[in-house]
Amino acid sequence: MRIKEDKYYGLLQGLSYSVTILFSIACLLPFLLIISASLTANDSIIRDGYHLIPSTFSLEGYRTVFRFPEDVLRAYGVTFFTTVVGTTLGLFFMTMAGYVLSRRDFKYRNAFSFYIYFTTLFGGGLVPWYILYTKYLHLTDSYMALILPGLMTPFLIILMKNFIRTAVPEELFESAKIDGAGDFRIYWRIVLQLSMPGIATVGLFLALHYWNDWFSSSLYINDTHKYQLQFHLYNVINSASFIANMGAGTGVSLAGDLPTESTKMAMAIVVTGPVLFLYPFIQRYFVKGLTIGAVKG
Amino acid sequence: MFELFTSYFYGKYRNAGKLHYTEIRGFTIVVSNVAGGRKDAMRHFLQELSRNRILFLMLLPTLIYFLINSYFPMVGVYYAFTQFDFNSGLFDSAFVGLKNFEFLWKSGTLFRLTLNTVGYNLAFIVLGNVLAIVCAILLSELRIKWFKKLTQSIMFLPYFVSFVILSVIVYNVFNYDSGFLNTLLAQFGAEPVDVYNKPVIWIFLIILFYLWKNLGYSMVIYLATITGISEEYYEAAKIDGANIFQRIWYITVPMLKTTFVMLLLFALGSIMKGQFDLFYQLIGNNGVLYNTTDILDTYVFRSLKVTFDVGMATAAGLYQSLFGFILIMTVNWIIRKINDEYALF
Repeated sequence: MRIKEDKYYGLLQGLSYSVTILFSIACLLPFLLIISASLTANDSIIRDGYHLIPSTFSLEGYRTVFRFPEDVLRAYGVTFFTTVVGTTLGLFFMTMAGYVLSRRDFKYRNAFSFYIYFTTLFGGGLVPWYILYTKYLHLTDSYMALILPGLMTPFLIILMKNFIRTAVPEELFESAKIDGAGDFRIYWRIVLQLSMPGIATVGLFLALHYWNDWFSSSLYINDTHKYQLQFHLYNVINSASFIANMGAGTGVSLAGDLPTESTKMAMAIVVTGPVLFLYPFIQRYFVKGLTIGAVKG
Repeated sequence: MFELFTSYFYGKYRNAGKLHYTEIRGFTIVVSNVAGGRKDAMRHFLQELSRNRILFLMLLPTLIYFLINSYFPMVGVYYAFTQFDFNSGLFDSAFVGLKNFEFLWKSGTLFRLTLNTVGYNLAFIVLGNVLAIVCAILLSELRIKWFKKLTQSIMFLPYFVSFVILSVIVYNVFNYDSGFLNTLLAQFGAEPVDVYNKPVIWIFLIILFYLWKNLGYSMVIYLATITGISEEYYEAAKIDGANIFQRIWYITVPMLKTTFVMLLLFALGSIMKGQFDLFYQLIGNNGVLYNTTDILDTYVFRSLKVTFDVGMATAAGLYQSLFGFILIMTVNWIIRKINDEYALF
């Protein structure tokens, strides 16, 4: 049955469209500003400031970034490495933990759940953690220091457990056991296959964490060769003498006549490019993961 | 970051949480029952583990990880009571009792940091949720499908970029010499503004950029709940002559209550934790702005990395942890009194 919409309907439609359009512009505008600035000639930025549309189009920012590509490529390598290793390891451990905690015949699962959950209620704080990593575990300047923080989080484990509980019916464990499958085999051949959507979501969040991480570098890494991509960018933005430093290593003096402002923006685009590029393809997995709990069926 | 994400699974999480809670209660009962024969319990525990040793082995990496990453540092809170010396061991630094706390308290630092941390978080929670609900409702009313999908994707985008990019954006817009804002002002013949020297503006900027980055995220959560509401309610209300605003107010808004309460509770639980990334990337080490923008997290980080005051930093961190712990326990206790359904554990 179709009932005529009331007179307020049009008003709300108008409101909906204008608010969403305005909000979308607000979300996109900053990116456009950066892209535009990265394509503007440096003198023009210094003379007239940043604009929404490049006042003098130029690729010199990108040219400078890739003039000595070692730094940015190395940072890319570090981030790529930690993202792949961290996400793989984290997923492996957390799916196993989620599986074990979802097994109702594992008797002490609640004690173990609480052991994991308690860490969200109380913690030692940043400093003891930092001292443990640097002084006792000697992780300064090691890749472990970039991978360990955030490898597992209690909430992701509980989430994984819930995913598995909904995806794998209890009876399946029973029948697999009767067929003679061991506990690990059940996990490897059944649980992993059936809870793929959940794993994809958790994996993407984990990968996003590693890709966007700058904090671990700032805490534990002194060796500039091991900086993560985001921290490399952070340093480019924050060091006025960036260009001078970049030239110093090669014996060529570059300070003064090189495009610093546009280089910063170009670097930002180079760093965030993969995320912007992949976003249209992966965002639906995030939305799906977020909504899986609310919409039934 | 993940707290919000998970909290969204309120339906499952709540169930899981309740189960967890009662089962844990069950567990404590079990423990107290066997308190007399602890050896028996221990033997039973080991027997159980050896019977399920594969499962236990699969859980072991996680147990070790949290032992090292979370439980070991808890021992380190002892630093809060010492005059820390990096060269000596954990218990070799000079014990000073509550001196560090006393200093933090007397200098007013603790009060200012608590006020800022709690204040910002309250603003984030209230504004974030209200705006997310409004946007979700408006978005759900859109009739053109591709447009709805597209705008939703665009609004969710800021969540995915790093905070370093956020600092680039802020630099691009607000830096004094060539920032977009001052360029724009100059075009209208107005005087340029030195935003980096105006502490009060940053209160609004921080909240603004928090919303910019996180609104799409909570909006997606609310939108999912709205999508889940049965069309029949709306049809029935239409027949009864309710206009579109009445339908929203009397059907949609009440239906969002559960989601809202769950998000709220999770947020309240971490009200002492700040959005460290946000504050640090926006403010950095700009001392002019500390008064209005310093939160516990940034203070601890700076004490550790810039001023090297380890004892003080640990003390502030311990205060933050303890205060947060007491807070979450109280909130949870009150909620259990009011409505057991919503309790976190």
